[in-house]
Amino acid sequence: MTSLWPRIEPLLAKVQKPARYIGCEDGSRTPEHGSRRVAWLLVYPDAYEVGLPNQGLQILYEILNERDDAVAERAYAPWVDLEALMRSHRLPLFSVDTHRPAGDFDLLAFNVSAELVYTNVLNCIDLASVPVRAADRGPEHTLVVAGGHCAFNPEPLADFVDVFVIGDGEEVVSEITEVVGEWKASGRTPGSRERVLRDLASVPGVYVPSMYDVSYEGPWLRAITPRYPGVPEHVEKRTVADLADWPYPKQQLVPLTEVVHDRLNVEIFRGCTRGCRFCQAGMITRPVRERPADQVRTMVSDGLRRTGYDEVSLTSLSSADFSGIDGVVAGIVNDPVNCGQVSLSLPSLRVDAFTVSVATEIQKVRRTGLTFAPEAGAWRLRQVINKLIREEDLYGAVEAAYSQGWRRVKLYFMTGLPTEMDEDTLGIAHLARNCVAIGRRYHKGASVTASVGGFVPKPHTPFQWFGQNGAAELQRKVGLLRDDLRRDRAVNLRWHDPKATLAEGIASRGDRRIGAVIEEVWRRGGVFQEWSEHFDMALWEEAMAAHGLSIDWYVTRHRTEDEVLPWDHVSAGLHKDFLWQDWQDALAEHGLPDCRWTPCYDCGVCTDYGLEHVVASTLPPAGGSQGTGQDLSAGGDVPVTLLPVGGRG
Amino acid sequence: MTRLRVRFQKLGKVRWTSHRDVARMWERACRRVQLPVAWTGGFSPRPKLSFGLALPTGAESLAEYLDLELASEADVDLDGLPARLTPALPAGVDVTAAAVVASTPSGGRAPSLQEDVDSCGWRVGFAPGVDLAALADRALASSSLLVERERKGRLSVDDVRPAILALSAVVTAEGEPELEALLATRPRALRPQELLRALDPDLEGTRVCRTHQWIERDGLREEPLAVAPHAAWARAQ
Repeated sequence: MTSLWPRIEPLLAKVQKPARYIGCEDGSRTPEHGSRRVAWLLVYPDAYEVGLPNQGLQILYEILNERDDAVAERAYAPWVDLEALMRSHRLPLFSVDTHRPAGDFDLLAFNVSAELVYTNVLNCIDLASVPVRAADRGPEHTLVVAGGHCAFNPEPLADFVDVFVIGDGEEVVSEITEVVGEWKASGRTPGSRERVLRDLASVPGVYVPSMYDVSYEGPWLRAITPRYPGVPEHVEKRTVADLADWPYPKQQLVPLTEVVHDRLNVEIFRGCTRGCRFCQAGMITRPVRERPADQVRTMVSDGLRRTGYDEVSLTSLSSADFSGIDGVVAGIVNDPVNCGQVSLSLPSLRVDAFTVSVATEIQKVRRTGLTFAPEAGAWRLRQVINKLIREEDLYGAVEAAYSQGWRRVKLYFMTGLPTEMDEDTLGIAHLARNCVAIGRRYHKGASVTASVGGFVPKPHTPFQWFGQNGAAELQRKVGLLRDDLRRDRAVNLRWHDPKATLAEGIASRGDRRIGAVIEEVWRRGGVFQEWSEHFDMALWEEAMAAHGLSIDWYVTRHRTEDEVLPWDHVSAGLHKDFLWQDWQDALAEHGLPDCRWTPCYDCGVCTDYGLEHVVASTLPPAGGSQGTGQDLSAGGDVPVTLLPVGGRG
Repeated sequence: MTRLRVRFQKLGKVRWTSHRDVARMWERACRRVQLPVAWTGGFSPRPKLSFGLALPTGAESLAEYLDLELASEADVDLDGLPARLTPALPAGVDVTAAAVVASTPSGGRAPSLQEDVDSCGWRVGFAPGVDLAALADRALASSSLLVERERKGRLSVDDVRPAILALSAVVTAEGEPELEALLATRPRALRPQELLRALDPDLEGTRVCRTHQWIERDGLREEPLAVAPHAAWARAQ
């Protein structure tokens, strides 16, 4: 089929931010389609400015376009204004690369990284002229694929997605291409869709929900079992053993219009073993795989030269933990090629003085705010969540920041954590106030932003059994903080809408029955639910009630050890008994050290998958490792004293 | 300090980017070709680039201009500059000329594009069947044309007739009706969309293109860069 551009362009004069839909980014491809090439449409089910920077999508885009037997293009969820025009002009979802209709592609592959975009996934499937329910599709329809962190609990989307990919996508996309290529070559005959799905189900890391039976006992899930021989009982996640083999994206896309994270992004490691118990990303991406420092340097200097960006972000789940991060940072900042005009950012900074000294080095050019995430207001609670930052660590970091010229410090917290008491919640105000007092010693106008999000328990974490706080309880806790901080002008309190937290909770640990709820919310117009201006809790409440489902049962109820969880048949490599033990340790307020630098406690990932951490240094980073009891101001050579770990022989 | 002026086009899909987007494209392009641009000081340093009158999002242009200030020690090969810059810019943004902006005869700083440009030439395309000639004649014959327009969030009703310096209906080689307009930029620039509203509120153009920017000096109209595309220019001191 030909390009839809002549029909799209007249609509662009009538919509906001038309540059979202034109493609033309530096690094974008206009691949040549053909009957021998499997065509992937990679879809980020959110607005362009959120989706474009997504590194996972860009990595797969390059890997697929490098293959002789595949082509890949990109699509993003059209904003509501264009969607209305597309529907009235009968225009389908289109790629931004060559403006082809979604129906021209063999696979519609979604990157799903947040639960509140689920209704957008349905909307995009529908805009692609594909039946939203997988059961209604025939061989003429595009295969619907989904990957990303949310695929680790695939059940809420199981009725709509043909194929889930669990874990790293770098290798598995090629295996899927080969299976789909055969299907395409065979002419996609009637009845062949079932066969290709069965073939895909035997690819490691692939979960095909229609190949499984789900049985219930009243509200309880009893089992999810394969329907056919050869379909795996447990789907194990895929893991790329060594990041050095995958220096992607090689040509990061440079958008023509404003997007989030508009800078060069270089992934310096994947996985994290800090063991923060609330953090799904840290649990499902183990083990730690560092990129060689030389490769990081090459990717940074090549990337800056090619893109013309003046900012680079070294991305990971905790960038200051990269072995020898100070050396890498100094190398980039002092590289004459970069003309001294490059600023560097390290997302997810650890909380200690060492990271501030690194930050000082990197923000020579442009000194923006500095963000720390203590996550909880009291040491007791931080032991529960295993975010082992002492109050002194935070004050040391904040003091270092203010003394070195920063005027704004941002602190991230969660509320509604397991065992949280009001005194823990109020600890947030206490910490923020003390940070302001430290800042005042350096600047009269020092201020602190305390950002508070409601905690949503996530699958494959030790907190997956915990009953989430309801919206009223979260609102009450936010109210406590607001009252307590009323007189503190220098503390800027921000909080996330507790109702959105509740809706996220429905989808986070939902089972297959939640699919009907997602469909109903979408049918009633509930798209872009992660955007506060479009979020509508009433839609979710009414949909739950209409399908006889209880929000309390799905969200605020504590789960028991023997309960079958909707994601038990999907494995991130973590043993369920390890997670349960870690949950018990959490309740006993015991911390757990980082296994990169201390003996293995056998969470299951490395031992079961035959993997190892790939780290350049087996010593904790200079300046100390939070929670190891080191004197963080004293530098690297202080002996490590581990905090007690209970409950394990 | 050397000031360079470049002329560029903005054609095709890239016309849907905004004025701010174009500024960012240029910042990246200057870094990609390692053009030694001077930087502003202060908290958030930026390269010293200054653009003329913003082109409306969605409009094409054959005549966009940009002034960039070079670091004092810089030595730039002007001849090769358009060919170096164009590949560093998105498809559809082509640099067609570059020259040094000379100081005023008295040695003072030459005025900026914003200060200097008095009028812009525009071509607006329409679907076949619109009687543009009658509309143009009526507009030119009227003594005033009122249009409601917004500036910085405030609505005002302005007489835009004095800003219409020339207006004519033409038919392209492809047989499509077009308006050619010369619109003043002072005291306030008349935008092509505002012109259409003044002619007929229901009038909808298909394509808008800025063809020229003009500076009036001593009764003569000249372009901000009086050079032919890709002309070779001796380096001024």
